[in-house]
Amino acid sequence: MAATSATTLSIGSNTSASIKVGLLSQSKASGVKFTSKNYPWSFSALKVTNSVSCESESSFLSSESCAALKRSYITKARKHNLRSYSYVQPQASYKVAILGAAGGIGQPLALLIKMSPLVSELNLYDMVNVKGVAADLSHCNTLSKVSDFTGTSQLADSLKGVNVVVIPAGVPRKPGMTRDDLFNINANIVKTLVEAVADNCPDAFIHIISNPVNSTVPIAAEVLKQKGVYDPKKLFGVTTLDVVRANTFVAQKKNLKLIDVDVPVVGGHAGITILPLLTKTKPSVSFTDEEVQELTVRIQNAGTEVVEAKAGAGSATLSMAYAAARFVESSLRALDGDSDVYECCYVQSDLNDLPFFASRVKLGKNGVEALISSDLQGLTEYEQKALEALKPELQASIEKGLAFLQKQPVSA
Amino acid sequence: MQASADVNQRIARISAHINPPTDNLQMEGSSNLKRENCRAKGGSPGFKVAILGAAGGIGQPLAMLMKMNPLVSVLHLYDVVNTPGVTADISHMDTGAVVRGFLGQQQLGDALTGMDLVIIPAGVPRKPGMTRDDLFNINAGIVRTLCEGISKCCPKAIVNLISNPVNSTVPIAAEVFKNANTYDPRLLLGVTMLDVVRANTFVAEVLGLDPRDVDVPVVGGHAGVTILPLLSQVKPPCSFTQEETEYLTSRIQNGGTEVVEAKAGAGSATLSMAYAAVKFADACLHALRGDAGVVQCAFVSSQVTELPFFASRVRLGRNGVEEIYPLGPLNEYERVGLEKAKKELAGSIEKGVSFIRK
Repeated sequence: MAATSATTLSIGSNTSASIKVGLLSQSKASGVKFTSKNYPWSFSALKVTNSVSCESESSFLSSESCAALKRSYITKARKHNLRSYSYVQPQASYKVAILGAAGGIGQPLALLIKMSPLVSELNLYDMVNVKGVAADLSHCNTLSKVSDFTGTSQLADSLKGVNVVVIPAGVPRKPGMTRDDLFNINANIVKTLVEAVADNCPDAFIHIISNPVNSTVPIAAEVLKQKGVYDPKKLFGVTTLDVVRANTFVAQKKNLKLIDVDVPVVGGHAGITILPLLTKTKPSVSFTDEEVQELTVRIQNAGTEVVEAKAGAGSATLSMAYAAARFVESSLRALDGDSDVYECCYVQSDLNDLPFFASRVKLGKNGVEALISSDLQGLTEYEQKALEALKPELQASIEKGLAFLQKQPVSA
Repeated sequence: MQASADVNQRIARISAHINPPTDNLQMEGSSNLKRENCRAKGGSPGFKVAILGAAGGIGQPLAMLMKMNPLVSVLHLYDVVNTPGVTADISHMDTGAVVRGFLGQQQLGDALTGMDLVIIPAGVPRKPGMTRDDLFNINAGIVRTLCEGISKCCPKAIVNLISNPVNSTVPIAAEVFKNANTYDPRLLLGVTMLDVVRANTFVAEVLGLDPRDVDVPVVGGHAGVTILPLLSQVKPPCSFTQEETEYLTSRIQNGGTEVVEAKAGAGSATLSMAYAAVKFADACLHALRGDAGVVQCAFVSSQVTELPFFASRVRLGRNGVEEIYPLGPLNEYERVGLEKAKKELAGSIEKGVSFIRK
């Protein structure tokens, strides 16, 4: 049996559940890393955060060095008064609902969330096909229980008692379309779904994936306001995919190990509103002006890159599912009490004059705990100019979303 | 005279490394020490994995999960349509594996060259009312073409065959490799992991256990009654009533049909199949890396029964299947089930073999 750290002993166990992947090389993980027997690759291990930790479940290390690392980690954790999770199996206790679970993003997203050890119940909702997806997923031997809900009559039931609602519902772009062209269809979808969220699980974290995120998040906010349940700390537009793409492209360009790379991306989630702060990359690298230009443009158009490559067959689904699942996992860790969760997301913001703005935030039990303003200080001239250029477009998208609701008031 | 003989010997000794002995008897047994089997020092710690059929219902989530696997350094995605889109999509994920896409049969060779592990989900899925056998003709041809490519480009790779009907496509693959003289029965595995996953889930449901802690060995084959869950050997040890045994066995055997019906024409199990395939591929990669004690159920060339192929628990290692475990003690119900399974399995294997031999 592969040598494992003392955290999860699986002596001579031949279960398929005990095949683990050594993650030491990737343990620039946060102060919390759950070691689940059956969850092969935890997102937290793939994400870079500030604190140093040596959580290890590596099978390359001998058990002595694992034990030594674990000891050093625990003493460090105690010093900082952090809860040390290294020897506790996280209790799966959270309910997640995916609205749009039978779609191109919804299906792989549902699979990834089904595999998460933090989820006890997974509710899949869509207009069609979700029975089959649920039957499929229910065969996976992971903890969460899968339930399916089809059609608007079952929408309310799908949301009862849910902690995190993820909304990938909507239509994808075709070549030549901008995210804005999807506006009319997707705006209606988001409005209906968020109305139901407001009625059935107003305390849940709401993750909006449906494009154009720049507009659908303000729409969601207005719906929640009119229902009297708006909590700006719990409404997120998912921009994690831009961060993922930025990390990938920067690592490729600068020949870095991907596990170390973390690029903050601010602004919005469409074209030039996506602003990767390359100079704030961890680890710090220097870029020439051409590289900054090239990388920024590539990150901004990466979504279009995939739409073109798919030639009408859709837009980014798998990478979007991966990014969304990473954000869901961060939210669940934050809900679970992890004090070291930072993600970039599009939220109501007072960092500048725009009502909604994506930036790095610290997540906690009640949602957004703090907006990290330090990213926006000390910008280079290029970034400053790009920031000024994106503001009017982002403002327009936000206003378009708000205006949509003037014409279509919320149903009581 | 003597001196020059000494000198010649010295020169021969010193220059021995230039022409190393090729027929070295010592190296025979420990084939792992042969030069071509040693991985380059300081080389990438990951493995090269190819997915044939990467743009399909199973292939896409499978590709996403393999891209996330830290043991994969290179991921080749091959299909006859749509691979550029899937490749572009997956290549944006910020994990270490390098992704390359290959489109169309003319690129099959490039997709396969240098691979350590080849996963084959390619083929058409069932519709309601179909058995896995109804897919035979289409999928048999697909598997034959892909295996011809494997025997040409990466004959030493471990092959994980998912395309149904596995009971027939694995013998087909074996025949193709035999014809090309590259057949190594240790490297050809039919993926029956989904049956194990389903068994674990359903048993955990019935007993109220954590499904990650349950392990049910599932032997036989990968279709209907050829799927034989050995509930008497479940870990943790549990006893079942006759009713529970029948319910569980039937549900495990028809798990695939359950999903085909639920999807009502929209396909068969994709997400759970991708999940199971990835667990199995991950076990293979661990075995390739040299981890000890990697034991999984797989459909392999086997002497455990009188049939040429049979699924049972096998120990995986650097050369693929290193040891096949015997079935162990079976109770009466399972012995009856075993006879039924063997009868049908014999027919499916024969069908696969004659597809190539005719």
